[in-house]
Amino acid sequence: MFATIAYDLSHMAGAMVLLAGFVVLYQRRVLGVLRAFAAQSIAVAGAAAWQAYSQEAPHLYVTAAIALLLKGIAAPIALNRIVRRLDIHRTVETAVGIGATMLAGVGLVVLATLLVLPVTVSSAALTRETLAIALSVVLIGFLMMITRRNAITQVVGFMSLENGLVLAAVGVKGMPLVVEMSVAFSLLIAFILFGMFFFRIRERFDTLDLQSIESFRGERR
Amino acid sequence: MSALPLILAIPLAGAIALAFIADHRIGGWVNVAASLATFLASLLLLVFETPEPSAFAFIDDFNIYLVILTSFVGYTAAWFSAGYIAHEIVEGRLTPAYLRFYHAMYQVLSFAMLLALTANNIGVMWAAVELATLTTVVMVSLYRTRPSLEAAWKYFILGSVGIALALFGTILVYLAAQKAMGPGMEALTWSSLYAEAPNFEPELLNLAFVFLLVGYGTKTGLVPLHAWLPDAHAEGPTPISAVLSGLLLNVALYAIVRFKMLLAANGDALAPGPLLIVMGLTSLFVAALMLYRRRDIKRLFAYSSIEHMGVITFAFGMGGPLANFAGLLHMALHSLTKSAIFYAVGLASQARGTQQLERIRGLTASHPALGWALVAGTVAISGLPPFGLFMSEFVLISSTFPRAPVLGVLLLIGLLIAFGGLMLSLHGIAFGAAERDHRPLAGSLIPLYAHLVLILIAGVFLPGPLVAWFQAVAEGLR
Repeated sequence: MFATIAYDLSHMAGAMVLLAGFVVLYQRRVLGVLRAFAAQSIAVAGAAAWQAYSQEAPHLYVTAAIALLLKGIAAPIALNRIVRRLDIHRTVETAVGIGATMLAGVGLVVLATLLVLPVTVSSAALTRETLAIALSVVLIGFLMMITRRNAITQVVGFMSLENGLVLAAVGVKGMPLVVEMSVAFSLLIAFILFGMFFFRIRERFDTLDLQSIESFRGERR
Repeated sequence: MSALPLILAIPLAGAIALAFIADHRIGGWVNVAASLATFLASLLLLVFETPEPSAFAFIDDFNIYLVILTSFVGYTAAWFSAGYIAHEIVEGRLTPAYLRFYHAMYQVLSFAMLLALTANNIGVMWAAVELATLTTVVMVSLYRTRPSLEAAWKYFILGSVGIALALFGTILVYLAAQKAMGPGMEALTWSSLYAEAPNFEPELLNLAFVFLLVGYGTKTGLVPLHAWLPDAHAEGPTPISAVLSGLLLNVALYAIVRFKMLLAANGDALAPGPLLIVMGLTSLFVAALMLYRRRDIKRLFAYSSIEHMGVITFAFGMGGPLANFAGLLHMALHSLTKSAIFYAVGLASQARGTQQLERIRGLTASHPALGWALVAGTVAISGLPPFGLFMSEFVLISSTFPRAPVLGVLLLIGLLIAFGGLMLSLHGIAFGAAERDHRPLAGSLIPLYAHLVLILIAGVFLPGPLVAWFQAVAEGLR
């Protein structure tokens, strides 16, 4: 009995994270993006806490706490402040339309599922499905980074990508170093937020756009 | 008895000490001293017997040579940096407060790279690469100019994505190992992973390798994941460009090669060779074409680094004793040559007050010692004799032709294109009409010449024991 509940709850938590990933994707306002991202992080924290309980791995509670405090609460608040302080556009600047991005997102979920399920035949069902969901979340985070132009949404894309990684790491039973990895990632995120605020990075950098490589001093003038 | 704790402890202690030293001149020399001590400690690895793999450290011939190389170039770069940075203070481009930070970060970077090379745990290695990325991001943004911040941001975002993908790959490796090894730390430990590799699930391992290749490949600067590399090299302080090109790219490549060995040990997994060959050749061609019409001298040599990383990746992709031998040799010699070039470039751009190629002309007339050294370095990096890179490229090409003539031809064409690009720029730098406005050299030429002598020796006469040793490593790489 407990086993099936554990399974269903893990599934539900994973699905919530994925769903929140889509919610992040279709927002048209930056504040909406931040709220949806906070919801996703809280869902990840829930997933991690549930795994900590059901796998009897208390260290995962630390991961859950980090996800909740840093990404669920602190990061959205900090980004909110940055948006207001630096007077960044409140609407999401898209490189690809919202509808097309959503379709691409669905495509990525299909891709992730087709990629992961066949290669994990011998793993536990829960691990397989969590991994498929996690990879979908990672890919959707990527999609977000590529198709949304301003720095804030890129950072949110990166953090939701990282949510996918946490989901994958807690879903794999007995994975060591999960806590250390989430601490390392928190460092990265703290660094990003600090950097944005300190250096007032607010415009878009088309980081994946090869055109912009040569826009700097010394080249193309 | 092992020298390893010392190798990791010295940079860490150095970083802490440097964080408290306010005077930038003293800081600079403490930085040199700490780097020298690290280098000497790394030589102890050769003296003592190779220790058995412990829970933390995994030392074999492959990484011993990279540890020594890393600490050596770290030392000469610190030496070069001391003079370079003092000049930047005089010029007013940097303030002493930043330097305290810079020197501490320099040691943290050494620590992170050495940890990544020696860790016996793929999770620790991942974290070390992340740490190295963070410190270099900080250092690239050191000048606080708009282009340097933009370059640092781009490097940061792309590097973070790469790191995230590498972590996903790491989790997948763990999952692939789980069936054979059960849960626990063992399944993240290199030494036990190699022992158990034949029993891993091959499909999962394949998937993991793709993520790892893309993830660490971003850090290696392989095309099409290289977008950050020219900017980071051009906008950061030159000693950091030297360390980035000469060392950090190697560290990321080391990770890829280690995982490749894991796949090779499995047997049922896909052959990673073709993937590496395709990425290597693509990098070679794209970077070789980008060498033409560069206007910024550091950007020029940054593309040359991408080109050489492509060649090395290609070599490891081909595999086999000879190609691996060429790859290992190329890795070492590229580090030495490219950092020498960046030392020369740093001095030249300080003497002329610009990085613009059109204003760095006629160096052999205005600063003969520097100008000819840069000529020698550029000749070496384009793979001409009598320097070492000619040897490794020659071995690689001649070992590729009998096995895959088409690939051999492609490699040769790529190298020739790169050669042309470098020579065109070199002509102007060395023999163009010099501007009258130039200053005397600010820094020491000794690190530059030391590297040049080493690569010349490697090209003319590679000592027998060293060859035998490289051969043994190459055999072991699979």
